[in-house]
Amino acid sequence: MEKEKIIEMRNIRKTFLNNVANNNINFVVYKGEIVSLLGENGAGKTTLMKILYGMYTKDSGEIFVNGRKVEINSPKDAIALGIGMVHQHFTLVRTLTVLENVILGLPSPKGINLDFDYARKRLEEIIQRYGLVVNPDAKIWQLSVGERQRVEIIKALYRNINVLILDEPTAVLTPQEVEELFKTLRIFKKEGKSIVFISHKLEEVMEISDRIVILRNGVVTGERRKEETNARELARLMVGREVIEVLREKTSVTKRSPLLKVKELKALNDKNLVALKGISFSVNKGEILGVAGVAGNGQRELEDVICGVRKPISGHIFLDNDEISGKSPKEIIRLGVGRIPEDRMESGLILDLPLYENLVIEFYDKPPFSKGMLIDYKNIKRFAQKLIKEYRIKTASIDVKTRTLSGGNLQKVILARVLSQSPKFIIASQPTRGLDVGAMEYIHEKLLEARNNGAGVLLISEDLHEVLNLSDRIMVMYEGEIMGIIDRSKEKVDIEELGLMMAGAKRRKVS
Amino acid sequence: MNTGFWTLTFWVGFLAATVRMATPLIIATLGETFAERSGVLNLGIEGMMIFGALAGFLTTYFTKSLWLGVLVATLSGIAFGWLMAFLTVTLTLSQHVSGLGITIFASGLAYYTYRAAIGSPTVPPTIKAFSTLKIPLLWKIPIIGPILFDQYAITYIGILLVPLAGYLIYKTTFGLSLRAVGENPEAADAMGINVYRIRYTALIIAGGLAGLSGAFFTLAEFNMFLYDIVAGRGWVAIALVIFANWIPSKVLWGALFFGSIDAIGLRLQGTAIKVPFQVYLMLPYIFTIIVLILIARNASYPSALLKPYRRE
Ligand SMILES: Nc1ncnc2c1ncn2[C@@H]1O[C@H](COP(=O)(O)OP(=O)(O)OP(=O)(O)O)[C@@H](O)[C@H]1O
Ligand SMILES: [Mg+2]
Repeated sequence: MEKEKIIEMRNIRKTFLNNVANNNINFVVYKGEIVSLLGENGAGKTTLMKILYGMYTKDSGEIFVNGRKVEINSPKDAIALGIGMVHQHFTLVRTLTVLENVILGLPSPKGINLDFDYARKRLEEIIQRYGLVVNPDAKIWQLSVGERQRVEIIKALYRNINVLILDEPTAVLTPQEVEELFKTLRIFKKEGKSIVFISHKLEEVMEISDRIVILRNGVVTGERRKEETNARELARLMVGREVIEVLREKTSVTKRSPLLKVKELKALNDKNLVALKGISFSVNKGEILGVAGVAGNGQRELEDVICGVRKPISGHIFLDNDEISGKSPKEIIRLGVGRIPEDRMESGLILDLPLYENLVIEFYDKPPFSKGMLIDYKNIKRFAQKLIKEYRIKTASIDVKTRTLSGGNLQKVILARVLSQSPKFIIASQPTRGLDVGAMEYIHEKLLEARNNGAGVLLISEDLHEVLNLSDRIMVMYEGEIMGIIDRSKEKVDIEELGLMMAGAKRRKVS
Repeated sequence: MNTGFWTLTFWVGFLAATVRMATPLIIATLGETFAERSGVLNLGIEGMMIFGALAGFLTTYFTKSLWLGVLVATLSGIAFGWLMAFLTVTLTLSQHVSGLGITIFASGLAYYTYRAAIGSPTVPPTIKAFSTLKIPLLWKIPIIGPILFDQYAITYIGILLVPLAGYLIYKTTFGLSLRAVGENPEAADAMGINVYRIRYTALIIAGGLAGLSGAFFTLAEFNMFLYDIVAGRGWVAIALVIFANWIPSKVLWGALFFGSIDAIGLRLQGTAIKVPFQVYLMLPYIFTIIVLILIARNASYPSALLKPYRRE
């Protein structure tokens, strides 16, 4: 492999208040390679890449591009140097079309006038060449997550970049979409472009990378060529200890007592199409019911309806024989439902509030956090302090704006809040998306602990691994219907059958 | 005029008045559209209009030049637009407080300047205001001619500004950046757009147009400066932006609608229908409230409206 350095970052340091996010990091990208940045939540990966992309200003250190020392003060500078970035949280304008988003901020060949014809031609070329299929005239809000990501990549390509930074691009993708993404990335590499890939999924990292750099607490703790390492070693380098996969130990359920009963539930999605076609199932006390299925088959709507943020058209939901459909989200929380929402940025957290308020936001008006009409901030802060310690939430303090936490740590905030209330029923949607292996292990332990203490858990996850490791029963959803429920106390899971059910090609009788 | 409202003369007069009364609303609302598209609610608009009315009047009063008056009014608006940008964009202060502060300050300054320059005579001094500009040939077209082609020069400018604003917003790189900044400034920033510069530009446009709109009152509609000459038209413009869904072409229709309500009052005062004239003065504001009730709930506000932008 030829070793032409395209980017070299030397002694990069960045602190936020008293929190050292990058502590004298050295990082190199070679031409035509895929290098992965690996590290725990809050290790400083996003920060390092945002410095390279001109979104954060470094405290000290130097950056060289093609051997020349450069100052990158804004994304504009970075783009001019051939560096593009797809962010962990997308940066698209929802109300604009794909085409408009792609040409946003670029000078037009026609001066002040936009040149849509030219842009469309180039866009189609890129779509063709890299297989990034998307409709140029669709508005962003109409697109699926996978499509949005393609738009982000197209945006970077349109700017003729040589180095593409992808910050957790696969966290929100289905396995098929990941495969397509990897195909695109390989075409890139063949063209001599370089890629910085950030992911917590070790199998993916092992599949796609040439080289892996590991960060811990803001310093580089290791570097490996793909051939000389394995997932196990990477996990250890990342977390600093041996990581084990958490598996549920079988419980010998003698008597099942249903906790949550869903009857003939029908609901619409945001586009007013029927998303749940009259489904019925129940979740028992002390069990995890895993919902497997490709995203967009009604899981989201199911989550919303159970939590009271979406009104069903018909049907019933009972929790311990109390009807909860039609109740407000607040009442439902009161009745003992804990929600770990899929969309943590929009429905899980209020990003501009301080961290300690987000940690109690679902129950700040109950004792011991409030006495009558008065909020007891002392108690809240003590509680918050306890939670960030217990859940190892990485932050400078509990007073920071919640927005400043790293992606994975935001997820931990929600989990800490929900689990601290020991709810009797937990609905967890993609609970470990974006979490590092150590944090994932911890969350899995916590969910199993809740289940062993008698809680019922509805686990919605696209990560089949997670569903298989944790669930007592597995329910497969396809196009708003239940394709079948596999009871693992009675049978072994046939992965092939599961796949067929997820694809809608096989249906079982649901009793 | 003792014509009833069933005659053709009445309707032609009414529609011509509608276009005339709509003029300041068209101009001010287009300006506000730019401000809000960039994510800033410009509540300073009322004050900017009042100050523009004064600045235009005084300039013309002392120089006898109407066009110089128009220019100075516009420039005064630009200055206040820049101030609004400094407060809300650079200092990231509350847009509500800054806007209301500017309105109070600008209107107070206008009254003060008037007193200082003119004193308080029993009869307010007047200027020779714009007279209507008949567009050759076109004004002779029956019915249409007197309605559309026998108007003040500023009215023609206002109407031409509508397609121009539409062009700027939808067809230029500036417009695309503007829309992006008002919806998602983080995304715009990530694409190398200077969020601050776009917001400054938008507010300067908004201020300039507010000043120009104010000048219409003192240099065309009337020929003097009165304390309540703008009479809340700035607030109507704020409502009109919502009515128009932040789209310039709809601003035109909305402004004409409100202009017609103003014109009805004006016309009906001369007819046999006897209602206290204050009722007519109330009409536009009553309609403003009704329109907001009907429309505002479903309005698609620019997502970043009211949110200051700071980069880490
Ligand atoms: N804008 C900010 N203000 C204050 N602190 C910040 C800011 N951005 C990041 N941090 C802090 O810097 C540290 C590193 O964050 P960073 O986002 O780089 O982590 P990461 O490695 O990308 O983690 P994840 O895998 O969870 O995305 C974290 O402790 C985070 O709280
Ligand atoms: Mg990150």
